Amino acid sequence: MLSVEDVSVNLPTPRGNLRAVDRVDLNVGAGRTLGIVGESGCGKTMLSRAILQLLPKKAMLSGRVMFDGQDLARLAPERLRKLRGRSLAVVFQDPMTSLNPVLTIGTQLIETLQEHLELDGQAAKMRSVELLAAVGIPAPEQRLKQYPHQLSGGMRQRVAIAIALSCEPKLLIADEPTTALDVTIQAQILDLLAREQRRRHMAMIIITHDLGVVAGRTDEVAVMYAGRVVERAPTPELFKKMHMPYTEALLAAIPKIDAKPHTPLPAISGRPPDPTRPLRGCSFMPRCRYAWAQCQIEKPRLEPAESPDHQYACFRPINITAAVPA
Amino acid sequence: MATLELGIEGDVVVSPVRRTRRLGPLFWAAIVWMVAVVAASAFADLLPLPSPTDMDMLERRAPASALHWLGTDGLGRDELARLIHGARVSLIVGVCAPVIGITIGGALGILAGYFRGRFETLVVGSMDVLLAFPPLVFALAVTAYLGQSILNLTCILGVLGIPAFMRVARAATLSLARREFVIAAQALGATHARILLRELLPNVILPLFAFFLLGVAVTIVVEGALSFLGLGVPPPTASWGGMIGEGRESLEIAPRLAFLPAFAMFLTVLSFNLVGDTLRALTDPRQGAL
Repeated sequence: MLSVEDVSVNLPTPRGNLRAVDRVDLNVGAGRTLGIVGESGCGKTMLSRAILQLLPKKAMLSGRVMFDGQDLARLAPERLRKLRGRSLAVVFQDPMTSLNPVLTIGTQLIETLQEHLELDGQAAKMRSVELLAAVGIPAPEQRLKQYPHQLSGGMRQRVAIAIALSCEPKLLIADEPTTALDVTIQAQILDLLAREQRRRHMAMIIITHDLGVVAGRTDEVAVMYAGRVVERAPTPELFKKMHMPYTEALLAAIPKIDAKPHTPLPAISGRPPDPTRPLRGCSFMPRCRYAWAQCQIEKPRLEPAESPDHQYACFRPINITAAVPA
Repeated sequence: MATLELGIEGDVVVSPVRRTRRLGPLFWAAIVWMVAVVAASAFADLLPLPSPTDMDMLERRAPASALHWLGTDGLGRDELARLIHGARVSLIVGVCAPVIGITIGGALGILAGYFRGRFETLVVGSMDVLLAFPPLVFALAVTAYLGQSILNLTCILGVLGIPAFMRVARAATLSLARREFVIAAQALGATHARILLRELLPNVILPLFAFFLLGVAVTIVVEGALSFLGLGVPPPTASWGGMIGEGRESLEIAPRLAFLPAFAMFLTVLSFNLVGDTLRALTDPRQGAL
């Protein structure tokens, strides 16, 4: 339903051109969930903004974002505006800032409903109560009169999800939906998203830096590094047999519950490369423990592994059973 | 054995916690004074007061008496009546001029802070020009050309107040426009007009209103200064600044003629400042980590 084809985002900065997203191809079908994983600054959020056409004014986008057969990048502003909210919706990272602090929850929900679905006041109010109940908010009628600061972080994120779901979108983008929340709430919010997705048969993109979030809740995972997709696979396959050293390093960096106390975390040393000065070779090369000569001169391309669904970009893939082609 | 009672009794009714904020006696005293001044000047014609312009040459600078509660001025006019009628001018100019400022300046500031770009440069630039222009020369030029009247005075002070309101509105908008709820509104397909009116304006109006009250206080003082200089309302009409100016001539004989209007102005300005400050402090606290 959504397919991102060869999308690049360039941001002019005082220090030179910053390539935030570098030739990314992705697609999500209806009822499917795609996870996009990567560390801070790897272009995850820019990619989501590119899909929604909410990039900063100076940013330059190339490639195509096809949604239901229309290229969003070339859609007239008015048609795009109608599409947003109705068909595309987002849940942001920080529910503290994604709700308007001076309007009540009810006002924010009801106005969205009235705007897009053209419901009258009473119908919109009824629908708001249903939506709040659906996202697991107790006493929804009283909540309508409350302001965002009167709710806890988890509640606020539920409200943000209710607003995003209010117009039955076909695609929901969740941009780090649980990063700002307590660990105990994280699972609840993710389960809520998964439940609503199944019920509404919508496509969903979960953006996160936590491989633990995508495991078990997504159909497919794309790992991003320095603006590029470096590995893409159906979720079970990725966790069983990852080929890209970066994916391995990301997984190793998750704290293990059964590790002895004071075990140092195998953090990924160093920092991602300066995006204004791209490397000639593989972007992960300086931090990669498998790197060899070829990694320095050439950028690896995304190539299929055993199955066509599983793609990776690496010259020294790990966990390869077949002989490495010379 | 003690048992732990879990409160699972269906829907727990959540009542919003109403915090009674302590505002202090000073705030209420200020409110009382403001209400008294506003009421007195609004109903000045209904009050059993002598005319503020009728002169009584036999009763010049008379001390307080049953007939003239606060005595009479240098031309034998009732001081209390002039004070109350003078409050009218001060309040009309003091409130209407900032209304002009908050409307035009606020609108320009929100638009400039939201749209940025060339429009912002133009607005900020023209406001800088207005700020750099000496206000007194501007007031002189306008009154010389269009004449002295309450309307002209209000317009002059209103226009002079626009840059300050524009800056407050723009600064507030700049910090708000980058917040996620504005992007969230865009992602929900909101139009520019909707974002400006429903998302940004309710947020910006709070600091703007607090600044408005301070603007009222400043404008009352400036109006007094202009009247004192003879640029305010033309003579027979009473105004606080004009009364201070007239009282200056008899400062040695009857100092109360200058001090009474000055004191009234002082209390009024202080009240507006106090209320404005308290409201600003109430609306300021980050609004729940906003």
